[in-house]
Amino acid sequence: MANPKNTETPLSVQDFTAGLWKENPVFVMMLGLCPVLAVTNTVENSLGMGIATLFVLVCSNALVSALRHLIPKPVRITTYIVIIATFVTLVDYIIQAISLDLYNKLGAFIQLIVVNCLILGRAEAYASRNGFGKSVISATGMGLGFTLALVMLGAVRELLGAGQLLGYQVFSSNFEPWVVMILPPGGFIVLGCWLLLINYIEQRKTGKLLDEESASQCSVPQNQVSS
Amino acid sequence: MNPESLSFIFLSAFLINNFVLAMFLGLCPFVGVSGKRDTAFNMGLATMFVMFISSVCAYAINTVLVKYELEFLRLISYIAIIASSVQLVEITLKKFSPALFRALGIFLPLITTNCAILGVALFQTVRGYNFLQSVAFSLGAGAGFGLAIMLMAGLREKLELSNLPNITQAAALSMMLAGILSMTFMGFAGLGGSTA
Repeated sequence: MANPKNTETPLSVQDFTAGLWKENPVFVMMLGLCPVLAVTNTVENSLGMGIATLFVLVCSNALVSALRHLIPKPVRITTYIVIIATFVTLVDYIIQAISLDLYNKLGAFIQLIVVNCLILGRAEAYASRNGFGKSVISATGMGLGFTLALVMLGAVRELLGAGQLLGYQVFSSNFEPWVVMILPPGGFIVLGCWLLLINYIEQRKTGKLLDEESASQCSVPQNQVSS
Repeated sequence: MNPESLSFIFLSAFLINNFVLAMFLGLCPFVGVSGKRDTAFNMGLATMFVMFISSVCAYAINTVLVKYELEFLRLISYIAIIASSVQLVEITLKKFSPALFRALGIFLPLITTNCAILGVALFQTVRGYNFLQSVAFSLGAGAGFGLAIMLMAGLREKLELSNLPNITQAAALSMMLAGILSMTFMGFAGLGGSTA
C-alpha cells in the first residue's frame, strides 16, 4: 500500500477506512498497546486518550509529510521523534488547561504518547512517502480506529467493572461489580477476549469461503468422471 | 514499611506495581520477545541496564532543566538524552566487552524508545525521587520487567507443546496469559499499598 511510486494517485475512501477496521492499529497490527490497556478503565478516559492520540497522530503525520523532502534520510527518525514530542507537549498542556480532572486521571500516559509505536510507525511507513492530503486522511482513519478500539475496551471494562457507562448507572443496584475488570488484569483479559472474538469471526468468514472452494473443487472431478 | 525507603521503592517497582503487569509499560517487547527463555533473559538484562542508565541521565538533565526553569522541554530532552546515552554505551560496550555486547547488543537500540524506559524517567520526576531513590526505582522496574518476561517465556515454551484451538493465535493467547499473570501479581498488593 505504501508504495513510494504512487504518491500521485488520487485520494480514495480506502485511505480513510483502512485504519478504521481492516488495518485497525490495535486489533490487527497490535501497535501502541501500552495506553490501550493502561487508561481504558472507563469510557471517558478512553475517549480522552483516543482523541489526544488522534490529534498527535494527525498533526505529526501532516508535518512529516509536508517536510518529507527536506528531512535528510540519516536523521529522519530523530526528526520524527522531535516533531512528535513537540505535539505531545502541546497536547499535555492543552489537556491540563481544559480538564485538570482528566489530566490527573491519565497522568504520565499523556506524555508516553511520544513512544507510542503507532505514531512513529505511521510517520515512517506512510507519511514520509505519501502526499500531504493522503497522509492526513490516513492518519485520521488510523486515529479514529485507535479511538474506536480504546472505547470498545473501555466500554466493556466500565460496564462490567462498575456497572456504569460514561458515568451513568446501567445495571440496578443489585449488580455486583466485577472489580477485577477495572484493575490491570481486566485490561489484558478483555483485550484477549476481543481478539478471540475477532479471530473467530475472521475464521468463520474465511472458513466458509474455503469450504465453498473445496466443495466446488470436489464437484469438478465428479463431473469429469460422469462425463 | 516507610514508603520513602529505598527497599520499599525497589520492591514496589519490582513486584507490587510491576511495570509490565500492573502498569502496562513495555508491552511490545513483552509480547514480541517472550518466545524463548534465553532470549527473554537477555532482553530482561538489557532493559534493566538501559533503565538504569536512562534513569541516571534523566535525573541529571531534570536538575539542569529545573534550575533554568525550562520544564516544558522535559519530554524532548529526555528522549534525546536517553537515545544518545544508550548509543554511547553501546559503542563503548562494543569496544571493551564484545561478549556482553553480543548478549545485549541487538536489543539495545530496540528498547531505547520503549515506553517502559521513558516511563521510568517520567515517573521518577513526577514522584520527586532523589538520586538514590531514582536508582532504586529504575533497578526495581528493570528487575520486574525481567521477571515478567521470563515467566511469560516459560509459559509460552510449555504451551508450544499443547494442543490449542486455532482462534487463540499468538496475540490473543498472550493477552490471556498476561491477564492471569497480572492477577497473580495482584496478590503482592498486600505487601504495602498499591499507590500507582
